[in-house]
Amino acid sequence: MIRRVSLAASCAVLGLAMSFAPSSAQAERLIVSVSNHRVTVTPNYSGEELVLFGSVEKDASTPASRTAYDLVVTVSGPRADMVTRRKERKFGIWINTDYRQFLHVPAYLALFANRPFDAIANPEVQRRQQLGLNNVLLTQRVGPDYADVVPNDAFRSAFVRLRSEHGLYREDTSAVTFLTPTLFRTGIPLPAAVPIGTYNVEIKLFSDGALVARTETAFEIVKVGFEQFVATTSRQDGFVYGLVTMAMALMTGWMASIVFRKD
Amino acid sequence: MQLYLPIADIPVNVFLLLAMGAAVGFVSGMFGIGGGFLMTPLLIFIGITPAVAVASVASHIAASSFSGALSYWRRRAIDPALALVLLSGGTVGTALGVGTFTLLRSLGQLDLMIALSYVVLLTTVGGLMFWEGLRSILRVRRGVALPMRRSGSHGWIHGLPLKMRFKRSKIYLSVIPVVVVGIVIGFIGAVMGIGGGFILVPIMIYVLRVPTSTVIGTSMVLTLVTMLFATMLHAVTNHLVDAVLALILMVGGVTGAQFGARAGQKIRGEHLRLLLGLLILAVGIRFAIELVIRPEDLFTIRETGGAG
Repeated sequence: MIRRVSLAASCAVLGLAMSFAPSSAQAERLIVSVSNHRVTVTPNYSGEELVLFGSVEKDASTPASRTAYDLVVTVSGPRADMVTRRKERKFGIWINTDYRQFLHVPAYLALFANRPFDAIANPEVQRRQQLGLNNVLLTQRVGPDYADVVPNDAFRSAFVRLRSEHGLYREDTSAVTFLTPTLFRTGIPLPAAVPIGTYNVEIKLFSDGALVARTETAFEIVKVGFEQFVATTSRQDGFVYGLVTMAMALMTGWMASIVFRKD
Repeated sequence: MQLYLPIADIPVNVFLLLAMGAAVGFVSGMFGIGGGFLMTPLLIFIGITPAVAVASVASHIAASSFSGALSYWRRRAIDPALALVLLSGGTVGTALGVGTFTLLRSLGQLDLMIALSYVVLLTTVGGLMFWEGLRSILRVRRGVALPMRRSGSHGWIHGLPLKMRFKRSKIYLSVIPVVVVGIVIGFIGAVMGIGGGFILVPIMIYVLRVPTSTVIGTSMVLTLVTMLFATMLHAVTNHLVDAVLALILMVGGVTGAQFGARAGQKIRGEHLRLLLGLLILAVGIRFAIELVIRPEDLFTIRETGGAG
């Protein structure tokens, strides 16, 4: 159900990340590529895995002592508003009572690293660079306020947990592998129910607990063929869609009465 | 074979859907009902959201009731006048039902209301049918003759004004209760994703005293038109009708119904009612259990917007 990427929100998040990035020491450059920039969801699509390849390019200003790198890859899908509801027991039955609205949160979110986030950077850097599902900004509307809350908030953790159960939010701190000290790869698993839209991939390089380089790439997930046509039509021409469905029902019923006619 | 459903937004196994359609079709053919009250819960059970299930099942019921109505029409077992009066109420009820559906969905209470109405309606109707079937079976066993319907026992319903003669059914009846029945069936059909045949047929027989020769055919006409109307309204207002899902269900359903109808003719009427009562009761109880026991997960997520 996610079709539109909220540009405003992603720009805001991007700006935030940029402003914290160190401006001076750009001694490394990241060169990355994903195996497929356009994933097509066909009627028999049942999930697939993309591969992200990259290498760390050093230049003359790179300190000779710097040999070990850490890498964090953040993949975020199209953004949408979502509501998390909590059931409570009222009058002996379980009904939805309290809820929180999550604003412009990614429909798909994956964080990959080569080792645990705690080993990569200190908690302060983790928080600023949004390393890990606990540190990613998920804006909630709580009454009149807009804020992200502490990671152990009941609604936030339930939200992350439910998305994770569907494979839509994931965190894997051993997914990134360094093939050589400067060449790395990671898989990006996409579940069958993957939302369509533009996916941003942000790659951050750390050394000795500090961010030393970052880059971005993107890929697109599109539905193609008949089923995309059906989904679009149902949204844009509800009336025509309804008429066609009605006609289809009548045709099927009529054909059945012809085929199975006994008298 | 996996197939991605465009509106439900999930991949499903085509053969599973076909089998479900055929199984429900078999039951519906056997008992002469639409089978929506079985199909909607089954779809919810395999992971389709209640909203999409309700909206898509409407078109599935339309298909099966159309094939049924055609064969009843050939046998002249439909009362057109009675069907028209029922329909005038049915369309109003359907519009009200789809409106209520949209409202409940925005309040986040749609799933609860669907479950609650299933519990109340199915346990009541199922319980009554089961009891009635059991009693007549016992009576037959004891060798007591079934009491004849006392002619001339006109209830308050027959004292209402605006009387009209329904020729083919050979009854003389006020249009008020007929229109009210149409409204009620249309309303619950649109909200719950059922055709309502399993409620309509008993009401027509016991309350309106429509003869059994025209009752099923006429009720199928009402089901057909209200479900077509509901499909249209769900498509226009909520964009929730999954045509691919509906088509698979229809194909399975109309096929299964043929075999069900043949099987149904081999079973005695009171046994049939007992079985149907049990089936309806079981579905109702399953919904009740789900409401009362602590859910596995207290939290649910729904996308609300920011998506176009």
